[in-house]
Amino acid sequence: MLKIDNIHTYYGHIHALKGISLEVEQGEIISLIGANGAGKSTTLLSISGLEKPRTGTITFNGEDLTKLSPEKIVNLGITQAPEGRRIFPNLTILENLELGAFLRNDKKQIKKDIEFMYGLFPILGQRRNQLGGTLSGGEQQMLTISRALMMEPKLLLLDEPSLGLAPIIVQQIFDIIKKMNDEYNITVFLVEQNANQALKISDRGYVLQNGVITLTDTGENLLKNDEVRRAYLGV
Amino acid sequence: MDVGYFLKLLLSGLTRGSIYALIALGYTMVYGIIKLINFAHGELYMLGAFTGLIVASLMSYSGINPVLSLIVATIIAIIYSSAYGVAIEKIAYKPLRKSQRLSALISAIGVSMFLQNFVLLFQTSDFLSFPNLIPTFKFLKPVENYLSSAQVLIYICTALFLIGFTILVKFTKTGKAMRATSQDSKMAQLLGISINKVISFTFLIGSAAAAIGGVLISSQVGQINFYIGFIVGIKAFVAAVLGGIGSLAGAVLGSFVLGLVESFGTGYISSNYEDLFAFVVLIVILTFKPAGLLGKSEKQKV
Repeated sequence: MLKIDNIHTYYGHIHALKGISLEVEQGEIISLIGANGAGKSTTLLSISGLEKPRTGTITFNGEDLTKLSPEKIVNLGITQAPEGRRIFPNLTILENLELGAFLRNDKKQIKKDIEFMYGLFPILGQRRNQLGGTLSGGEQQMLTISRALMMEPKLLLLDEPSLGLAPIIVQQIFDIIKKMNDEYNITVFLVEQNANQALKISDRGYVLQNGVITLTDTGENLLKNDEVRRAYLGV
Repeated sequence: MDVGYFLKLLLSGLTRGSIYALIALGYTMVYGIIKLINFAHGELYMLGAFTGLIVASLMSYSGINPVLSLIVATIIAIIYSSAYGVAIEKIAYKPLRKSQRLSALISAIGVSMFLQNFVLLFQTSDFLSFPNLIPTFKFLKPVENYLSSAQVLIYICTALFLIGFTILVKFTKTGKAMRATSQDSKMAQLLGISINKVISFTFLIGSAAAAIGGVLISSQVGQINFYIGFIVGIKAFVAAVLGGIGSLAGAVLGSFVLGLVESFGTGYISSNYEDLFAFVVLIVILTFKPAGLLGKSEKQKV
């Protein structure tokens, strides 16, 4: 479904991604784990078209994303809940969700989908008319994922959904991710520092170090891998 | 105290405030979206006035009904100024979007000079008289010493524009996209919002408002030249800063504060200082509220 082939992305003069290749198949949950600064977010921004790779290709169902604008990429069915959640602080929760469906025109179905999100995360429903900036970190994470789901994505990109959250909330968020994948057939590409949680729900995983992919295996095997355990699981 | 005189100054202050508001909105909107002070914005008001003058003169010489002439002149002025506004962004600002903010600012000053001289070249440096197209409202007869038909028309047009604009920004999809873009343009792109379209639309609306202001005030004052955009542009900019640059409600509030201060200042102190009051009030307010009346002070991470 998504195929990244040998991309090099630069941040100014910094060579952030040094020839990354990976693949995500329809229906999978894939995680990309790595330390701070390894290039995880850059990988996601490259897919979404906000950071264009200098060389290499990214194809989605055969279409070359590196030539498309960010809005065209969203239109193909790739949405992202980015690093830092990036909730619009001065828009209400409802408005944030409505903007998630910006490229859709089926008003009635959008309304139903918003109700669906309120069902997933009841706290969002209770606070629907509050400004996004007033939410707690966990609530913002729920909102950023719901907002990304509003586009009915084929591929959902999640950047560190567990960052800074209490363990019980992390569990809740990961359960929802799994549920979206199981019941609604949404393919998930997950970037995480919290390798343990991420690998548990993943079909396969990639380990990223200093802009290079150093290891890839099934989620299960990576959890057992000595190197991964030492570097990312704190064992 | 002479109540009549006070009332007259109050009403004329509201007129000034209305015109400033129509222009200040453009400054604050553009700043909100691309963080640029569009110094060429005042020239769009001037272009609107000139387009209005040309169309209105042609129509009134041909003996067409003045009200119809005014409406057509305003519409054509809106189209013309908007086209300029959008084109200016594409030509002078878009290529500089990724460079330092100062570059775009200098480009804006350049555009402003270019447009002034462009009009100077094709028109003249003399004041040209604007045909009187505003009908006399009969119901204003008892109060005609305080309130002219032109003023009433300016209030009505400004109010209608502000209502329409508020609905647009608050409730429509485009308005939500504009607010989202001004808060976080990268996130807006990740949701499929085309920021190029949002920016063009922002320039279009801002220029349209300036053109309406240009035609209205010119038909009230009765004469225009190539330089009128400069001083009014600066004043409207002051109004936008006064209210809190980036805040739409702030721009409107700042405009009315400024209009009233100028009107009372010239009426009670001296009209020699007309242009001074704007800057005095700016300094006073920014001393106590550095972010402006409705502006939010930005927390900077160090």
